[in-house]
Amino acid sequence: MPEQKVKAELIDEQGLERTITRLAHEILERNRGTEKLAVVGIRTRGAPLAARIVRKIEALEGKRIPLGTLDITMYRDDFRRKIPMVRGTDIPFEIDDMNVVLVDDVLYTGRTARAALDALMDFGRPATVQLAVLVDRGHRELPIRADYVGKNVPTSIGEEVQVRLKEQDGEDCVLLIAAEEGK
Amino acid sequence: MEFRRKHLLELQGMSREELTLILDTAETFREVLERPIPKVPTLRAVTVANVFFEPSTRTRLSFELAEKRLSADLVSFSAATSSVLKGETLKDTARNIEAMKVDMVVIRHSAAGAPHFLSRCLAASVINAGDGCHEHPTQGLLDMMTLRHKFGRLEGLKVAIVGDIEHSRVARSNLHGLRTMGAEVLLCGPSTLMPVEAERWGVAVTHDLDEAIAWADALNVLRIQRERQAAGLFPSLREYHARFGVTRRRLERAGKEVTILHPGPINRGVEIESDLADSEFSVILDQVTNGVAVRMAVLYLLAGAQGALQGS
Repeated sequence: MPEQKVKAELIDEQGLERTITRLAHEILERNRGTEKLAVVGIRTRGAPLAARIVRKIEALEGKRIPLGTLDITMYRDDFRRKIPMVRGTDIPFEIDDMNVVLVDDVLYTGRTARAALDALMDFGRPATVQLAVLVDRGHRELPIRADYVGKNVPTSIGEEVQVRLKEQDGEDCVLLIAAEEGK
Repeated sequence: MEFRRKHLLELQGMSREELTLILDTAETFREVLERPIPKVPTLRAVTVANVFFEPSTRTRLSFELAEKRLSADLVSFSAATSSVLKGETLKDTARNIEAMKVDMVVIRHSAAGAPHFLSRCLAASVINAGDGCHEHPTQGLLDMMTLRHKFGRLEGLKVAIVGDIEHSRVARSNLHGLRTMGAEVLLCGPSTLMPVEAERWGVAVTHDLDEAIAWADALNVLRIQRERQAAGLFPSLREYHARFGVTRRRLERAGKEVTILHPGPINRGVEIESDLADSEFSVILDQVTNGVAVRMAVLYLLAGAQGALQGS
């Protein structure tokens, strides 16, 4: 595998912590507290991000918030091009009439968010669904936008935004990876 | 790991990694079956033909449900109402079905090797839903999934397969799958229903059911195929029940709790006491639920692999 060329560190460890704190405050402000609020992380990196946001909100408000994990593999529109492994969904609460915040690491084409909306609707009928992302890198292919954005990063199509989290990667940062030659 | 098989014809020769992948994938599909809307759009635009040359209720319904839960399109065919009665060959039947642009074929046939034959003459993926006395791989997988649920592991588990081993495709798939996964297998049945090659499989054989119960963590009780009874392979159903029927009294005598599986349909009062089939020892209904999840996993992985193979 060719070595990746890191073009820039978009968010460092402290920056990530601050960004998550800000997202938690914004979610609380917009929903006017935690009444009927639930957070669902999209696998894989949306799941630990959602857990961190929930911990922040719980610390701020002193109340428990339902937390779930959503695997969108079965809802992808490119199933027959790749062989995605399903990892399982865990939403251990009723989503009917809840204000559900979907959390993902990067918003790019919008196809993951579209699949997540389809997947979520199979569990019930939430009052609202909001989308929180750590990085919005543009290049949307579907009419989807995020309600909460950690950082907007204009990128070129060949570049990659890589979110690294302690839970899965051993470190906290967001990197911009250069486009491969010829791309 | 990636699943790179185009067909599921038998469990013999499949690796532990492949079997684990199917079982793990089936766990996630079991969760889908418990959702308020137990259906996902994954196999939209995939067409599956269920080609059953032998009677089947459970397996055919289970496959159909799995296909519907994955949003595949399906066509079903049964030999009793088809042109097979007019003399059409298996190959012609299959090629006609494929000409209708079918992506996957699920086949049950009384001849061992029929799915292998089809896999050589079709571009579609072929899934063996039971071929003669050879294998019934999805049944083997669902039995393994049920045991893994119950015990949390397969490695080191002691499973006795009881009954008509000779004519059982379920026994063969279980034997190969369980041994690959590290379980120990004991075959138990009358010597007239024990295949001559059993010794060559390298598994222990007993003709004493009490010995098997004393040894086993789980008993996989096979259906006595009444149609074989005419061949005089055992004196009578009553005598079979007396020697090889699994009863509560036998379990009590062994003084242990044993999990009981049965692939169905059950001959109540023959291979298993009716009350025991519905008892706390039985996981027969779990097997039925797991059957749908396992078949969803197999369809999913084969469809994905097929797309990838075509792409490459």
